[in-house]
Amino acid sequence: MANTEGPGRSRPRAFDVVREEPRDFGGRAVGVMRGILLSEYFVLYLTVALFLGLALVYPELASARNISNQVSNIWPLLAVAIGQTLVIIILGIDLSQGAIMGFVSVAGAVVMASAADPNLLGGSPLWGWLISENGGVLAGSPYAVAAAIVAMLAVGSLIGLVNGFFIARFRMPPFMVTLVTLMLFSSAGIWLTQSQNIVNLPPGFTQLGAGDIVSFYFGEKVEATIKRRDILPFVTYPMLIAVALAILAHVILRRTAVGRYVYAIGTNAKAAEISGVPVKRVIMLVFAFSGFCAAVAAILYSARLGGGRPTIGAGAILLDIIGATVIGGTSLAGGKGKVTWTVIGVVFFVLLGNALNYMKLSAFHVDVVKGAIILLAAALDVTRNRLLARERGG
Amino acid sequence: MSDAILELDGVSKAFFGIHAVANVGLSLGRGRVLGLIGQNGAGKSTLMNIVGGVVGADTGTMRLDGQAYAPQSPADASRHGIAFIHQELNLFTNLTIAENIFVDRFPAYRFGPVALIDRATMFRRTRELLAEVNLDLAPDTAVERLSPGERQLVEVAKALQLDANIIILDEPTTSLTARETERLFELIGRLRAAGKSMIYISHILGDVLRIADDVAVLRDGELVAVAPKAEFDVGRMITLMVGRAIEQFYPPRRWKPQPRILLSTRDLSAKGIVKQISLALHSGEVLGLFGLMGSGRTELARILFGLDEFDAGEITVSDSPVADPSPRRSIRDGIAFITENRREEGLLMNMAIAENIALAALPRFGATPLQFIEEARMLAAATQMADALQIKSGAIDLQPAKSLSGGNQQKVVIAKWLMSEPSIFIMDEPTRGVDVAAKYEIYSIIGRLADDGGGILFISSELEELLAMCDRILVMSKGEIVGEFEREAFDKERILRSAFREEGIAA
Repeated sequence: MANTEGPGRSRPRAFDVVREEPRDFGGRAVGVMRGILLSEYFVLYLTVALFLGLALVYPELASARNISNQVSNIWPLLAVAIGQTLVIIILGIDLSQGAIMGFVSVAGAVVMASAADPNLLGGSPLWGWLISENGGVLAGSPYAVAAAIVAMLAVGSLIGLVNGFFIARFRMPPFMVTLVTLMLFSSAGIWLTQSQNIVNLPPGFTQLGAGDIVSFYFGEKVEATIKRRDILPFVTYPMLIAVALAILAHVILRRTAVGRYVYAIGTNAKAAEISGVPVKRVIMLVFAFSGFCAAVAAILYSARLGGGRPTIGAGAILLDIIGATVIGGTSLAGGKGKVTWTVIGVVFFVLLGNALNYMKLSAFHVDVVKGAIILLAAALDVTRNRLLARERGG
Repeated sequence: MSDAILELDGVSKAFFGIHAVANVGLSLGRGRVLGLIGQNGAGKSTLMNIVGGVVGADTGTMRLDGQAYAPQSPADASRHGIAFIHQELNLFTNLTIAENIFVDRFPAYRFGPVALIDRATMFRRTRELLAEVNLDLAPDTAVERLSPGERQLVEVAKALQLDANIIILDEPTTSLTARETERLFELIGRLRAAGKSMIYISHILGDVLRIADDVAVLRDGELVAVAPKAEFDVGRMITLMVGRAIEQFYPPRRWKPQPRILLSTRDLSAKGIVKQISLALHSGEVLGLFGLMGSGRTELARILFGLDEFDAGEITVSDSPVADPSPRRSIRDGIAFITENRREEGLLMNMAIAENIALAALPRFGATPLQFIEEARMLAAATQMADALQIKSGAIDLQPAKSLSGGNQQKVVIAKWLMSEPSIFIMDEPTRGVDVAAKYEIYSIIGRLADDGGGILFISSELEELLAMCDRILVMSKGEIVGEFEREAFDKERILRSAFREEGIAA
């Protein structure tokens, strides 16, 4: 007999149910639903369903312009969430990523800005020796952009390494350590710039944020020239950079010994240590990588904004990062997570934010609805895990 | 049976396509103790997990007191009066004894919707329950400070508090001292007299014959025999469990200690833990380390492996002193360490069996940390090892370690270390919670390692197995080595006396 009740409901007579291939239509539908619910790509299906559902109500959501816009929002968030994914797999948390982004953004601008306004930045402690009317340290140099990028990645990784050092060496809780670096570097960035943005970044850099490689134009060819705003970029530098970072992280996690060690530490650090896993080194490496990812995101954001801004990582972005990672399926209990899941989580978050904009809700309402939907997704995920556990035992 | 309190009919459960329990029909009489025996992986734990609501059965029915019974969760089972004391105890070690016992129903003062824990009542009731299980401890003692044996009795006290009619005990005596075991048996007797029914799972067949009224034997998930205990003796039980007669409990001794020293210590001390330890482990030697719980034997093993620090003295491995001891260095030096705590220190429970087996030897499949792992070669090697040790499982690259039975889990730990090709094997209670057949296999592995010129430091509280396997036995007490016995001079009573550090204690 087929189980037409549905597996998600209570099973009052579980022992009468013989599990066999469902034959009738209702049974098959239940089977498909069950397959979707138990699939590791459940959130992907949820995202697609959400998109299709919302597109029916708000057709503009599915317009090429909107999609192009939203896709561009994915990349910086993805870059930084990849780092968070690895940290959460080893049972850590990195609260400092947003602060690192702001600090790194300022650091890059200080290296490469080609001019600065004394009225805005004259009060900065850096004024006169690192930055002046003539710009940053390497203003005008042909190597300014390259040097700035290297400096940004180095600063981000270094701050991450400091996090990792305290966590691994002194066995301090990641929450505490990264909270301290969060406070330290977010205020340091604001103090150094006196809360001003450093603009006038060289075009070679800002192109990273805007530069498109493959673009589309939808419309009739009536005029000889196409207006800039009608060209919709799809394949962009940020996309290539974020996707490359995702592939790198994915390959490290799935194919190398370091990846095995990351999962082992998150599952049982004690057993891992006894089995010869270099626990401390891997923890430091993972936090440094998290800082590196934050720096990549800082580069993408700064390039798009055309300036060094100490507050690019401030506010709710930290919740977006952690939220997207966890919604994707990476477990806060450690030992479980994938980069591909985080990609899906980020897409889900961006789509959600976009859809809420279309609903024309106030900022407060947006957060309420966002919270409710995240709660719903989390509840579904918990149900899913319980069903899986009951099926597989232990 | 008309006076049956619990009846099972046609109960089956499969994991990953492997039948863990197949079509079992069984009944538990009121006020009786049913001994449930079988090899590791025979399905004992799974069957009890079904009764205890931990997993659902695929098919079959259960009746409790004549009513259909299908627990949805462990809490549901306990509401039905079934208490399940797991092999790996489920206590909150950071909480007190009293809090653990009352954790799901705290006595409380109620002020409308507000309830405050009534600590006086909780402590008084706990004191009564502890007296019932003969445990002389204050109710506010943190569980982390208790020995495994004391924790077991706290679990029983908790079951008593729940007023359970059926108590399932899964391998209750594995970590108990002889005295604590006695205490537990006496308690089981009293509970039976009070009309409680119990299911007693154990590998110690003599205990089962002593304590049970009926015996049920599982093999490969099937019930092969169930009858009053009068119809059984140890030989028949083993034959039924294994499916063939077993003549020998220990493998033939082919190995012979060589003069070469693999591992030695000189005046090794760690304050308050071990004192002035000097020992030498030779090539081809099985060196026993015997001592009571708390004698410092496990602590010594951890120091030797580089897990814990020491204050004074020296460790020498293969003729060179160890300057910076760490597990990684030890593994490079060819040392392997089976810890006494499988769940917390031995295995990555949520990860696949293959990942566990390959963990210590990972550098062999990808020389530098960022090099690609040769997945196919790794899986082939892990599969070969799993087959060699006869680990009973489904797909080892998918099935998590936690889904295995205790004995098979232990084999995974051993497989992991064999993969790292060690010459020095430190084994802390390697046969704990493991059935006769698996024990024999572990002893055989020890023999093979010694025959190949390896050295084994064999720590155990089962003196019998040390007497059978070892070339030499060191006795520890209060952090010191207090006795050394050559094989020719093995004498059970003298070894025990020296472990107790007193005269006149009978074996």
